[in-house]
Amino acid sequence: MTTLTPARTQVTTVADLRGNAKRIRKERVVRTLLFAAAAFTIVISVLIVWTVFREAWTFLTGLADESGLGALIDDGKKPGWYPRDGRFDIATIVIGTFIVSIIAMMVATPLGLGSAIYLSEYASPRARRWLKPILEMLASIPSVVLGFFAIRFLGPNLIQPIFNTPSTKNLLVTGVAIGILVTPLMASITEDALRSVPQSLREASYGIGARKSVTTIKVVLPAAISGIVAAFIISISRAIGETMVAALASGALGQAPRTFHPTDSGLTMTAAMAQLASGTDNIAGSGLAFQSLFFVGAVLFVMTLVLNVIGDRFVQRVRNQY
Amino acid sequence: MTTIMNPGVTPTEIVRAALTGKRNDFRGTAFLISLMLALFLSLGVLVLLLWQVVRSAFPVFQERGVSFLTSDLASSPDKAGIAQGLWGSLVISAFVVAVAFPIGIAAGVYLEEYAKPNKMTRFIQINIRNLAGVPSVVYGILGLLVFVKAGESITGGRSVIAAGLTLAVLVLPIIVITTAESVRAVPSGLREAGFGVGATRWETTRDHVLPFAAPGILTGTMLAVARALGEAAPLILIGAITGRLAQAKDQGLIDRLQGKFTAVPMTIYGWANEPNKPGKETGLTFAQLTSAAIVVLVAVVLLINLVAIVLRNRFEKARSM
Repeated sequence: MTTLTPARTQVTTVADLRGNAKRIRKERVVRTLLFAAAAFTIVISVLIVWTVFREAWTFLTGLADESGLGALIDDGKKPGWYPRDGRFDIATIVIGTFIVSIIAMMVATPLGLGSAIYLSEYASPRARRWLKPILEMLASIPSVVLGFFAIRFLGPNLIQPIFNTPSTKNLLVTGVAIGILVTPLMASITEDALRSVPQSLREASYGIGARKSVTTIKVVLPAAISGIVAAFIISISRAIGETMVAALASGALGQAPRTFHPTDSGLTMTAAMAQLASGTDNIAGSGLAFQSLFFVGAVLFVMTLVLNVIGDRFVQRVRNQY
Repeated sequence: MTTIMNPGVTPTEIVRAALTGKRNDFRGTAFLISLMLALFLSLGVLVLLLWQVVRSAFPVFQERGVSFLTSDLASSPDKAGIAQGLWGSLVISAFVVAVAFPIGIAAGVYLEEYAKPNKMTRFIQINIRNLAGVPSVVYGILGLLVFVKAGESITGGRSVIAAGLTLAVLVLPIIVITTAESVRAVPSGLREAGFGVGATRWETTRDHVLPFAAPGILTGTMLAVARALGEAAPLILIGAITGRLAQAKDQGLIDRLQGKFTAVPMTIYGWANEPNKPGKETGLTFAQLTSAAIVVLVAVVLLINLVAIVLRNRFEKARSM
């Protein structure tokens, strides 16, 4: 051991302050590696955008050469999505997607909102500890399972007897099943928003004599409105992008006439994509049929991206608010 | 209204009754009942679904027993099983663990510990949040064009390698986000103590921040694996097999990894579309076989979720004491 007395004059050099060169080098290497990992996520985004839009462009130019871009909106007597015949009426599958998503939100909004309000405002901490994980588990059920549930149970036992649909597979049952699927997501984001409302707002409301229900409806919900809007938008985006339920339960196989009736069989954008992909070997006729998959994918990507960006804005607003 | 002169009722009681609201709060009760109904319906669907599936799957486990788990895909419900699907799903999970875990955790750590609050960082953060919302079928397009077509020399085309890489990319944003959240929750005192004794940022991160954040990171990664196990849409695009999957008996591991494949959710999708004709020997239908495959898949996924949730709650409790 060296002596503790500062008798010997020690000269501090620049080299001493610089620290251990080996450790600094290691630090730099690690920082570079970690940054590379974060930057890799940008590479993924670029790859998605690049591949999807390049192939969609190939489809569009091919279609323009073959039959003209007019084929994208069929204005004949019986318009529809018939990729094998070179008829790509994008309106058919967009309308199908909208019908399914609207029905899904009609199911998910009351269920998700109600569950979230109950869990956040009414449930005892003990009940909440049990109920929340169960709801999270519902969120983890694979969508292909809900698709099977839709065609084996919801369709034949619930939707067909009530609405008298021609087939057990239709847009309505698809929408209901997707609604069940996005309910936990809706509930989870809404609950986060409700719980971020400061307790003092509730106490102020009780202080002037308001009841719990009045406080919840007139104080807590308006205060959490950004989060609820975010939950709604993100859930719609999820419903639009949901593939397996639509592929199993929407009823149409690879082609469908344009329809506005939820009780008809139909196609969503995602179902059309899944069926174009799984029927690769069978698709004869128009060489563009398989390529149309990428165009539909590009439209789907843009739609969900716009919704997600808007939803994200609202989520960030909640973060900054309280 | 009762008057103050009413015999037997003291003014105090009347005032108390008025203040504590003995009047019927009909709207409040109706509101509460509708809330409970919403939650009950949401959870009831889960119970109904599980009950239906288990009931329908029961004869399969009774008739076929273990052979259902050890048989390959086949055109007869008497012989078909999920062995190939289980293998595919296992390999896919291995890819998620090997590829998505290190990259995702590293990216999450970078964003919380290293990144300066500049434009680049904000861009990466927004980008990751948006990636998390991209529909899985679009990741399928990415997998088809990048891993199946462009990377054919390595992946072997429509193979389980391509599927594993695609799903690893798909769950990457989830892992980054959950890692970043767990790292953010680490008290800054821990870091400052590390810096105070002269540790570099990486030494502090490795020895103090990561161990503290480990339970949260673990939960997130487990949920990511569960998600990858249940995902079928990207596999359709990559070209997983649903019909019959012939494999040479003496196939080596590399050949098998680069060859045709299926996974459990894909098997479910294929069987769900089969006609519902009972098999000659066992009398089982593909609908029942589908249910049985669902029971296996959901059991695994729910088990992973359950463990993750229990872990999280346990650590949250330990921390709060």
